[in-house]
Amino acid sequence: MAATPSPHLPDHPAHLWRNPDPKPAYDVVIVGGGGHGLATAYYLAKNHGITNVAVLERGWLAGGNMARNTAIIRSNYLWDESAAIYEHSLKLWEELPAELDYDILFSQRGVMNLAHSLGDVRAGQRRVSANRLNGLDGEWLEPDDIARICPIVNLSSDVRYPVLGATFQPRGGIAKHDHVAWAYARAADALGVDLIQGCEVTGIDVADGRAVGVQTSRGPISAGRVAIVAAGHASLVAAMAGVALPLQSHPLQALVSELLEPIHPTVVMSNAVHVYVSQAHKGELVMGAGIDSYNSYAQRGSFHVIEHQLAAALELFPIFARAHVLRTWAGIVDVAPDASPIIGPTPVDELFVNCGWGTGGFKATPASGWVMAATLATGEPQELARPYALERFTTGALIDEHGAAGVAH
Amino acid sequence: MLLITCPHCGPRDEVEFRYGGQAGVASPADPEALDDATWARYVFFRDNPKGPFAERWVHAAGCRRWFDAVRDTVTNQFLDPEPRR
Repeated sequence: MAATPSPHLPDHPAHLWRNPDPKPAYDVVIVGGGGHGLATAYYLAKNHGITNVAVLERGWLAGGNMARNTAIIRSNYLWDESAAIYEHSLKLWEELPAELDYDILFSQRGVMNLAHSLGDVRAGQRRVSANRLNGLDGEWLEPDDIARICPIVNLSSDVRYPVLGATFQPRGGIAKHDHVAWAYARAADALGVDLIQGCEVTGIDVADGRAVGVQTSRGPISAGRVAIVAAGHASLVAAMAGVALPLQSHPLQALVSELLEPIHPTVVMSNAVHVYVSQAHKGELVMGAGIDSYNSYAQRGSFHVIEHQLAAALELFPIFARAHVLRTWAGIVDVAPDASPIIGPTPVDELFVNCGWGTGGFKATPASGWVMAATLATGEPQELARPYALERFTTGALIDEHGAAGVAH
Repeated sequence: MLLITCPHCGPRDEVEFRYGGQAGVASPADPEALDDATWARYVFFRDNPKGPFAERWVHAAGCRRWFDAVRDTVTNQFLDPEPRR
């Protein structure tokens, strides 16, 4: 079954971005050059005309979680606040290849969330109803429908957790994560944003309760506003300014198989047996797990999590039994108590955060950047971001997406 | 997989344990006196260090007892010379 890479992978542009030295001062300094930081910079420049912006990246662009996710895109979240921001994101995804003039291999092949128990069925049907009330595309699938859309799912009743149905969002899908980051980076650079790699932020300068700049491995940089968009390390960066964030950092593991002929036509997720599977354009099966239970910054997790994930995958897809695992890895995800992001101002003036996306950040990349840019441009939370303020942990207005939204939420 | 030393049962595989997060988080002594911000701090905010972290584990598939351990969150090495009961 081994296949050569698809001949349809696009070529990259000859020029992507400059590598400028940092200037002494910027209107906005964004800490973190991953997908969300790059998208924030792009929309600051494009939507708000703010181009005196630096993105400071400790390593290389998009080398953190943007390089470690499973590239799944969907918006079928339960709660109104979540559906609003993720659907805004999905609409931006649909425009993105044309807008950024870059083939990001965005493929709306649908996302299926399997139900394995009566509880799953009820939660799934409830979520489909909530999605439709919010104007999203959502369907409830019976097993016959699942077989029609994804014939390789094991629908036998003779398994430990039989498949009883599924939710389906046809507009969901996948994109090529690296291309997304490079597309945003190229576009931001072209609009004048400085993307500065190998530049670690080591301190945040606060004067009279106001952030005025950052200390970096390449010298001090003054800033009118500072945005922390450093997934996996957000609480550590915020602590440099004395700001505590309710985040816990965990490994989230994923793996790919060797390259195979196209066999898997959609994206299948199962919360109950805990695996999510798609097939990348080149042919790898891409599978994600749940988070490892313990706090860690090690970018690796425990083997039993991979074992559990593969056991689930093989029960759902017996056809994968002879596929070889090519590579496993982990990213570090910052998880908030309600599994929803934290976006907006902090107790320190001119210091903003966009963090806590947990296991669901990739799909949010466009909207995350969009709302963060508007928040940074005005100093006020953008409307879609307002429910995600840090204050919700004091007011109690949590947005609990642990259970109903999908795997690992 | 972590090898975790239960102070009662000795070294065992991680799959026998459940994680309990930060150790030493005391219940408020006078809950009635807490304002919302202080409650939020108690309920939702935990340390998240990159380095040594005092944390709780329960030997769920063994003696079912809770204990504290100190682990480095970068290397995943347990740092206690003797696990604490």
